[in-house]
Amino acid sequence: MSAVVPSLPNLPVKVAIKNLSFFYGDTVALKKVSLPLYANSVTAFIGPSGCGKSTLLRVLNRMYDLYPRQRAEGEVLLDNVNILDPAQDLNALRSRVGMVFQKPTPFPMSIYDNIAFGIKLFERLPKSELDGRVEKALRGAALWNEVSGKLGASGLSLSGGQQQRLCIARTVAISPEVILLDEPCSALDPISTARVEELIDELKLQFTIVIVTHSMQQAARVSDRTAFMYLGELIEFDETKKVFTSPAKQQTQDYVTGRFG
Amino acid sequence: MEPTKLSTLPGSREPSALQAARKRRSAIWLFFCCLATAFGLTWLVLILGSLFWNGFSGLSGDVFTQMTPPPGSAGGLLNAVYGSVVMTGLGVLVGTPIGILAGTYMAEYGRYARLTVVVRFINDILLSAPSIIIGLFVYEILVAPMGHFSGIAGAVALAFIVVPIVARTTEDMLLLVPNPLREAASAMGLPRAHVILKVAYKAARAGMITGVLLAVARVSGETAPLLFTALNNQFWSQDLNAPMASLPTVIFQFALSPYKEWQGLAWTGALIITLTVLTLSITARVLGATRISK
Repeated sequence: MSAVVPSLPNLPVKVAIKNLSFFYGDTVALKKVSLPLYANSVTAFIGPSGCGKSTLLRVLNRMYDLYPRQRAEGEVLLDNVNILDPAQDLNALRSRVGMVFQKPTPFPMSIYDNIAFGIKLFERLPKSELDGRVEKALRGAALWNEVSGKLGASGLSLSGGQQQRLCIARTVAISPEVILLDEPCSALDPISTARVEELIDELKLQFTIVIVTHSMQQAARVSDRTAFMYLGELIEFDETKKVFTSPAKQQTQDYVTGRFG
Repeated sequence: MEPTKLSTLPGSREPSALQAARKRRSAIWLFFCCLATAFGLTWLVLILGSLFWNGFSGLSGDVFTQMTPPPGSAGGLLNAVYGSVVMTGLGVLVGTPIGILAGTYMAEYGRYARLTVVVRFINDILLSAPSIIIGLFVYEILVAPMGHFSGIAGAVALAFIVVPIVARTTEDMLLLVPNPLREAASAMGLPRAHVILKVAYKAARAGMITGVLLAVARVSGETAPLLFTALNNQFWSQDLNAPMASLPTVIFQFALSPYKEWQGLAWTGALIITLTVLTLSITARVLGATRISK
């Protein structure tokens, strides 16, 4: 898949995925997928369950390394450096490529610590500066007004939508370059979903964003480009508008109009 | 207002013969279950009752300030209580870190390793090993080479009992920590050790403490492993290199004796141990309950 950028501004490629194949043991989950992820834009991965979109996302921060018998072949270039290189420092990579999960995963500690925790890992800051960073992250995730009075409360005491925004704040706080969102709204109610979507719109000014979603409306609302995947293959990758209105492939057409999936 | 019975609602059916038969069967089984529960509880109440009945009268300040007496005179259990506390404390102090590290290996680093399957299997065997075997083993490796019984050998034997309990509960509690939480922590660039120390341990803390408390409860009542290792001591001794008294062994000795005073002290010692274990168990349960309700 190559240059298809007529109407969107010509942004640099942040991540280039080249001929990426992925295996769970002997099962092939991705088959020679290639696509670029542009800086400061939102790319959505859509497709039916089991199509490999979450797998693809989990390659981008090498989450799969936590598990045995999972391996990737091909290249994923982050700023022209292949992150699949076995010598790649995973913690350094993950500090540059943040991730938010399907289910909110606040750590079992206070709201403040949930955010300060990650910052303290990479920087040694005086308390006052740390406070400022925590506030900035919470404001960035549109959560500050709701929690500013109870920063000492457990992160688990928040509602699902608040927890998810806390997780986004936590990710933003360590200033990554790429943010991976794995169905971030699937456990949220419509109002919380709208909040998170607005947030995504703002976040793309600073970050490269990739979102996996089961909701085609959501992909249409938040993303600039969409990749449609099916059975481990990338079927179509183009501007979101084009994918949803005049897709090049019949399969894509069938999926986005709800005829299969 | 009379509550409307389901069967009187329009359109509802009369209970069929099949349903009536099920109801009868259910009642019969319920009756047997209650009977079995009552049977079990009766003995527990009888045991606790006779302990209090026989042991409570002997409970006085002397018990905690006087040494075990020679036959025919009054005394207390101070040396035995001290020995029990010291040996249990040392055993738990040594056994807990080993158990926690082993459990952490099994649940975190080696979750998918073949070694874990082997270690878990051996640990389970150790968990159910008769404690007298452990006493004999420590006799072989410590008491025989040293040439005499000692408090330190007793503590080592107790540590052998603590390790598998703590390893098992640590592993179980860490396995209960949801994987997405680990992934989330890893996704922030946390090294594995930090993920475990700062996130997984924190989430599993209550359960892990429960495991340690249960281990304390278990070893503080052990007699068999101490018989071959610490033996017993009639006198006050803080020397870990010498035979040491402990509540269980003193109870064993005194209860078998023909002397009235000794028998009374045995009852009192039994009551002290039971109350301690009961307190620890209840604390462990309460901590465990807060973990589940969260």
